[in-house]
Formats: sequence, structure tokens, C-alpha cells
Amino acid sequence: MCDSLALYIHWPFCLSKCPYCDFNSHVRDTIPEARFAAALRAELAWEAARLGHRHLRSVFFGGGTPSLMHPETVADLIADARRWFRADDATEITLEANPTSVEAGRLAAFRDAGVNRISLGVQSLQPDALASLGRTHSAEGAIAALRLARDLFPRVSFDLIYARPGQTLAQWRSELRQGLDLAADHLSLYQLTIEPGTAFETRHRRGDLVLPDADEAAALYEATAEEASRFGLLAYEVSNYARPAAESRHNLAYWRYADYAGIGPGAHGRLTLDDGAIHATRRHRAPEAWAARVEAVGHGTTEEYTVSPIERAREMLMMGLRLREGIDETRFAARTGMVLDEAIDASVLRDAIAEGYLQRDGGLLRATDAGRLRLDALLGALVL
Amino acid sequence: MTDTPLARIRNFSIIAHIDHGKSTLADRLIQATGGLSAREMTNQVLDSMELERERGITIKAQTVRLDYRARDGELYELNLMDTPGHVDFAYEVSRSLAACEGSLLVVDASQGVEAQTLANVYQAIDANHEIVPVLNKIDLPAADVPRVKQQIEDVIGLDASDAIEISAKTGLNIEGVLEALVTRLPPPVGDAQKPLTALLVDSWYDPYLGVVILVRVRDGRLRRGQKIRMMSTGAVHGVEQVGVFRPKMVAADDLGPGEMGYITAAIKTVADCKIGDTITDDRHPAAQALPGFKPSVPVVWCGLYPTDADDFEKLRESLAKLRLNDASFHYEPETSAALGFGFRCGFLGLLHLEIVQERLTREFALDLIATAPSVVYRVYRTNGQTEELHNPADMPDGSVIDHIEEPWIRATIMVPDDYLGAVLTLCSERRGQQQDLTYVGNRAMAVYKLPLNEVVFDFYDRLKSVSRGYASFDYAMDAYAPGELVRISILVNGDPVDALSFIAHRSAAEARGRAICAKLKDLIPRQLFKIAIQAAIGGRVIARETISALSKDVTAKCYGGDITRKRKLLEKQKEGKKRMRQFGKVEIPQTAFLAALKMDA
Ligand SMILES: Nc1nc2c(ncn2[C@@H]2O[C@H](COP(=O)(O)OP(=O)(O)O)[C@@H](O)[C@H]2O)c(=O)[nH]1
Ligand SMILES: C[S@@+](CC[C@H](N)C(=O)[O-])C[C@H]1O[C@@H](n2cnc3c(N)ncnc32)[C@H](O)[C@@H]1O
Ligand code: SF4
Repeated sequence: MCDSLALYIHWPFCLSKCPYCDFNSHVRDTIPEARFAAALRAELAWEAARLGHRHLRSVFFGGGTPSLMHPETVADLIADARRWFRADDATEITLEANPTSVEAGRLAAFRDAGVNRISLGVQSLQPDALASLGRTHSAEGAIAALRLARDLFPRVSFDLIYARPGQTLAQWRSELRQGLDLAADHLSLYQLTIEPGTAFETRHRRGDLVLPDADEAAALYEATAEEASRFGLLAYEVSNYARPAAESRHNLAYWRYADYAGIGPGAHGRLTLDDGAIHATRRHRAPEAWAARVEAVGHGTTEEYTVSPIERAREMLMMGLRLREGIDETRFAARTGMVLDEAIDASVLRDAIAEGYLQRDGGLLRATDAGRLRLDALLGALVL
Repeated sequence: MTDTPLARIRNFSIIAHIDHGKSTLADRLIQATGGLSAREMTNQVLDSMELERERGITIKAQTVRLDYRARDGELYELNLMDTPGHVDFAYEVSRSLAACEGSLLVVDASQGVEAQTLANVYQAIDANHEIVPVLNKIDLPAADVPRVKQQIEDVIGLDASDAIEISAKTGLNIEGVLEALVTRLPPPVGDAQKPLTALLVDSWYDPYLGVVILVRVRDGRLRRGQKIRMMSTGAVHGVEQVGVFRPKMVAADDLGPGEMGYITAAIKTVADCKIGDTITDDRHPAAQALPGFKPSVPVVWCGLYPTDADDFEKLRESLAKLRLNDASFHYEPETSAALGFGFRCGFLGLLHLEIVQERLTREFALDLIATAPSVVYRVYRTNGQTEELHNPADMPDGSVIDHIEEPWIRATIMVPDDYLGAVLTLCSERRGQQQDLTYVGNRAMAVYKLPLNEVVFDFYDRLKSVSRGYASFDYAMDAYAPGELVRISILVNGDPVDALSFIAHRSAAEARGRAICAKLKDLIPRQLFKIAIQAAIGGRVIARETISALSKDVTAKCYGGDITRKRKLLEKQKEGKKRMRQFGKVEIPQTAFLAALKMDA
């Protein structure tokens, strides 16, 4: 049915919790490395058994802070993945790393384990911003880690968070230019989002943390694309910038609504199984509960359901319109079981095309820059 | 307890401007005569509805019977009839006053006479009341007894030399008030031997007792088991319970001449009890009914629509339940092109409207859209027909209209000198015609005729704001007069939204159209597409505004596999949209409908 596969492996531990972060990350006095390594390998084996010998296009170690893993653990998991699936030279194997010295020291070992792409959580190049984001690394440390990564890995990306409280357009442009100077061929540039349940949310609700308004955010966003393109990096997704062919293969699998397996606490998957249906999978979020479940039954799934055609259509539109390339209508029909016109509101489509938010030609539906800037509102109206 | 001779009964009400201490005094009177123990006294016993308490106003008439042993050694029955304190309920004031022989006129000795004092006292004079001036709050350092006495004499024309000086708060001289009631008010007249005549003063729905009727007996007796007849309708009911309020309900065998109390008689709805009707004995009916009241007529109308169209039935049921208790409020089904199915509702005034809306929201958990309030216009067609119009959407085409009349009020405004200018400017902006302007010390009293439609939206708020809260205001309905009135339609992306259309005087139409477009621009959040808002008279656009499209709305980080959560958010967003009112592509928040029409300076 579907041969290719993207594999996500979640490492749920961090050295400290960042105040803006709502990822499934946990701080522990000592990380039970052996237990989690074994559980991840067990769950991978369990998932592989029902997936078959598929073509492995990408592996992504995400977190949490996967750069806290022992390189042997990473090596074992990569070896397992190669055993269960068909990997090749093009298989992209990314590891998210935090730019602290501890983790930087392990970069070479990660390369030896088989990692061929590093995504570094730099977040900012301003010392005061790093402090207010609750980061434990320095700007120099981040730059050093970045240089080292570029020496060691063929592909390196890093993340910056902007539209921070009090950040002006001019400040961001200059910080971004500095970042672009350091960049290889890929960057993730995220506007700061206030996530429910985070420390930032509490401060934001109290009015202690004031974000740019929609107009300012739009200006920051447009400036970002402009600066990036001057360095040859194109916004191929809402917050992701790359030179052509340097896009993150793994993340493209999400956005193109291809099959992906999610291993580890809180990981999600979308998998086409032998019944021809797309299965949504979700693992236990709490690390220890997940591990206990894997130890007991071989996997830590808490929920698995088949995604209905209209749900698939919504998901594919939601993800696909984030991409500059848009959605291929033929693939849409094959993947969702619905023709595009059954899934969207014809009059909104007409208006959105007239307004310059959407384009539809050559069997493609794509959001323009203007459309992508308002994608959440657009989807709310467009999607049936 | 019920065969008190007429000579030892006194029926009275208390009239006062808001906050001058009416409720505090009533509480003191109840306390002093042992109606409630100190433990039972919650503040302001008579205002019993939750909303009445919160807003500090009385809506329904209430009574309490006090037993007082006077200095002459006799035990007197004092019946206190509480009256509503807001202009919207002026009609209810008059009927409460009609059930009494005298009034206590309570004036705050630190404030002096206010507009409401005047309006109510004139009603009491019209009702032939004996009026006893009471100067309250003399404990306050700012109290100026001689000045306020002088004011009462100058402005109202009452002899204030024997005014009773009290502090309701500290309880000072409450005895003096009780003695004055006994010695200065006349006892009621009536004859126990004559056939029963009793005035139906008010009625309400009690969840346990059903409909409760508040009565004042004139002649004859009203007793349990009696067959009574409503003289206006001829309907006959068997009396189930008779009793008095002390202030708790206490059953009695009967009520005699001059007495006040309640009855229940297995009556289903309040609408069957015409306020002002005369109740008589079915077997020995009186020949003639007591002078009644004119029925209350709604002066302000608006449309009420459920935000969620599925709630229409719930709204209908809730309105029916409310009406059980408030016969002065009217409703009839109506449909709007923009809002779907709803009801056109009539109220005694704007406060009444707000109270009903608030009760629907609070007690019945309904999410409502209220359209702009409208007064009742009289449309004279060229073919000689006349019709009453209270929904701007129903205004016929200009070509068939000969002329339109609108209702006017007579307003009394009292205001310190310093703010007089601002108040006069406000009145003339609202097309007011000055009738009178006099001074009482450093306060001015202005009497204006004003078109009701200029007062309905926010006159009171504006008056308070231009006078920093010092102006007081009261009004009575005056007459209808022709006016150059036009309908202003509001168009959103070219489509008229009927629920936003309104009627205004031609001279103000353009300014108001502009103001509303500007207001809507603030009230309608930016959306996916830009929105054009226009105001038009007939086909002529008089104002326009554009709401630009929202500039950014996109989730920054969307990777990692949890797209279920994101899809659910999207689905929730769509669900929420379905419940919102869509006008073409535009969502108008429900609050915009009323807020748009409130005018600021
Ligand atoms: N100082 C003082 N305050 C009083 C007196 N009587 C009433 N008040 C206060 O005046 C306010 C309004 O009184 P209330 O009885 O609610 O007035 P109502 O609106 O006329 O019923 C309340 O805060 C009372 O406590 C009084 O004799 N002296
Ligand atoms: C899985 S997270 C964190 C990876 C790694 N643990 C780190 O902190 O560097 C991936 C990226 O999401 C971005 N991110 C996380 N929370 C965010 C937020 N509230 N607003 C915007 N971006 C956020 C950060 O740039 C972060 O590097
Ligand atoms: S942002 Fe990264 S390092 Fe910070 S708590 Fe989240 S996952 Fe951990």
C-alpha cells in the first residue's frame, strides 16, 4: 500500500524545563538510560513487525533533548532501524541537539553512530534573550557548537525563536543576519508561541509578557522571509527555510501527509497498515508509564484509531498548505479517498483565490505567501 | 388580627430618590416593630429578587404589615407599600400609591431634593396623599437640615416645618416616624358591610404557591374559601389562601376594609390577573368597580434572538416563564433575515429591557443577541391608514408614508450649576425643547421635552458622564408629535443586516450613520477577508468604513506528529463558527448589535 516510512524516536528528558516549552519533556535527577534504551528498541521492534520491510526515508531523534542520549543508544537504535527497514544512502538521520558543552562533546560520537544531520536548538544569539528564554547555554557556546557540527556533519540546521517580548524589527533583522552568516543550508525560524500550561502562559495572562500584535508579527515574518531569501534560503514551509533540495526530508513527511511511525513517550504516528486504512497512533505521554507498558506488552500505545476520509482530508489540507509547494490533487485523492472539491468550501475557495490567498492550477492547490500568513483563519473557513 | 378597626390602620408608601435611604428606613421600621428578629434581618429585606438587590432597585411592589403600639396606647396596623424606584417603573409607582393614603417623603439631608424625589412626590400629590417629609442621614456632617427644608418648601411647595429628622442608619428617631404615621396620616375609609371591592395591586408567580395576588381591600371582606370575581373579565376563582406579609407570608382568615395582603386562588398565569382590576364577591358583587389604572404599555421594543438557532424553543419557554411574573413585558415571534427566528419584545423602559435580558442570560442560561431598542412610532400612510411601528425593519417605503409621529417625554433634570451648561448642550443635541429652568440654591432644575428615541439608547449614561454623576433625571411620557424620521440601514459587504437598522431624525442621520460604522469597525474583529461596512438611507450611502483583513494568523511550529490535536482544534473552530452569526463571509459578534448603537460623545 505505502512503502516508504519516516521514523520518529522521542527522548523525553531535558536538563531543565524551558519556560515556553510544551513539548513532552521531563527533568529527572538521573536519566534511566538503560531502561529507556531497551524500551525504545523493544517498541521499535514491535512496530516494525507489523510494518514490514519498508523503505526508510528518514529517522528523527526528537525531544526533549536527544543529545543527552548515550551515543551507543543512538547507534543501537539506528542499527535496529536499518535492520527492520530498507535504509539507503539518502536516508536522512537527524538528531536534535542542545548547544551545551556536554552535548557538543558527543557530536562526533553521534556521527559515528550514523547520524547525518544535526538540528541545533540555538534559539537566540542575544545573551539577554537566551536568559529570558531560560536557556542554559551562551551565545558563544551555541556558535562554537554550531561550528563543530558543521565540521562534523554534512547537513546542519538550527532553530531560532523570534517575535519575542520587546524585540524590534531592526534588532531581529540584525540577529537574523548574524544567524544567516552562520547557517549552512537549513534554518527553522519560529515566532514565539504562548503555549497553554507553560510558565510563559502564566506571565502572559498576568500581562507581564507582551508579544508583538498581529501587524507587528506580520512585519517580522515578512522581514524574516526577505532576509532569508537574500541568503538563498527559501521559506518552503511556514517556519522553515532551506536551499533547494536541503529541506528536512523527515519533516516533509509530516507536511506531505506521508506515513510516519512514532516511537517513545507521547509520540504520534500515521501509518497505512495492511487493511488499507490510515491508523493514528499515540503513545503514553508519561515516560515511566510508557516504559512500564512497553515492558509489559511490547509497546506503549494508549490510542490507535483509523482516520476517516474527511479527517484525512482535513489533516492533509492542514499540513499541505503549510508548504510552499502546496498539495498535489492526485495524491490528495489517493491519500484521503476524497476529491479535493469534496473537502473544501467552493465559495471560500473562490474568494480566497480572488483575494490572492490561494492558487489552483496544474493539479495543485497552494497557499500564496499572503495565504500562508493567515493559514489558520483560512483553514477554518475553507475546510469542510 | 384582621378585624382592626379602620381608625387604627394606616397605609403608606415611602418615596425617595435612589440612595436617599428608603430601604434602610424600611428595614428599621420592620425591626422597630418586631417584624423580624435582628438575626433574620438581612440588609434591605424588601428588595427580594437577586437582581433587585444587586442593582439596588425595587421592581415589584411589595408590602409589609407592621404592628405598632403608639404613644396613645393603642395598637396600630401599619401597612408599608414599597414602590419601585426607577423611572421605567413609574407606572408601578402610581398604582402602589393608589393603594395608600399617605407617603413618607424621604430626602437625604446632605443631598437635597433630586429629580426622582420630585417625580414621585408629584404622583403622590396627584393620588391625594398626605405627605410627611422625612430628612434622613442627619448623622452625616454634610447634612444641612435648614437648607433642605427650605428646598422642600421652595421646590415642592410642601410645608417642611414639621419634617422628621432621622438617621435610618443609626436608628435615630425611628419612633418619630412611626408616631407621625399614626398622628399625621388619615386612616383608610371603607365599609365592612358593603359588598367586597378590593384593588388588584400586583401579582406574581411563586414556584410553590402559584400566582400570588397583592390586594388592598376597600369595602367588604375577603376570606378563605370565598368565590371571587374579577370585575373586568368576569372570571371566578375560589380563594385558597389569605394572608399578610410581615414581611414573611403569614396566613390569616380574612382581610377587612382598609387592609392589604395577599391571596392565592389557583390562578394559572399572571396574565389572568389584570393589574388595577377590582375583585368582588361572586355571590354579592359590587355594582361598581373601583377606579382602575390604565394598562401599562411597552414603550421600548427590541428583538431578542438566540445566538445558537437551536435555542429558539428554549427562548420561547424562558420568555413564557418570565412573563408569568412580569405581565408588563410583552413578546411576539418575529423573524429577521440576518438573525433567523426570534422574538420582538416590549418593555417599560431601557432598564426593564436590561433586566429582562440579564435574567434570560443568568437564570435561563441563554446566549442572546439583542437588536437595537426602538420606540413605538406611528406611521400615517398616504392612503389614510395608520400603523404602529416598533421594528425599523418594518418601515414601509418612503413613497407610501404621509408622515411619521414619534413619542416625546417630559424630563426633569436636576443638576449643580457647574454642570448645567453641559447638560443643556446634551439636551439640545438630543433635540430637546426647554420647558422650564429654575434654580434652587446652587442647583438648577431643567424641564425638557425630549423625543423618547433620543433617550432610549444612552441618554442616562451620557447625562451621568457630563455631570460627573451629579445630575438626576426622571421622566414621564408626554405626547406623540410628527418628526422627520428616516430609516438608516447598515450594510455589511453590500448586504443589509436588518437587525442593525434603526430609525433616526433626519438631522442626526448622517452623523449617527458615521458613528455606527466607526463603532462597528471597532467591534467586528479583523477576519480573513476585508469587510466593507456602510450606512445608507434608502439607496444613498451616507457613511462607510473598511475593516482590513487580519494580518497574521498561523501556527508557527507545526511539526512532530501530533496532528490529531491540531485537527481537533480546527474542528472546534468550525463548530464554534456554526454557532456564530454569519453574514455572508462575515462573523458579527453578538455584543456588536447593542453596543453599535450606543453613542459616545
Ligand atoms: N450615613 C447615613 N447613611 C445612610 C442613612 N440611611 C441610609 N444610608 C446609606 O445610604 C445608602 C443608600 O441607602 P438605601 O436605603 O439603600 O437607599 P434607597 O436606594 O433609597 O433604598 C446606603 O449605603 C445606606 O447605608 C443614614 O441615615 N445615614
Ligand atoms: C522539540 S523543540 C526543542 C528541541 C531542543 N530540546 C531545544 O530546546 O533546543 C524544537 C524547537 O521548537 C521551537 N519551540 C519550542 N517551543 C516553542 C514556542 N513556545 N514558540 C516557538 N518556538 C518554540 C524551538 O525553536 C525548539 O528548538
Ligand atoms: S525547549 Fe527543548 S530543552 Fe527546553 S524543555 Fe523544551 S525540549 Fe527541553
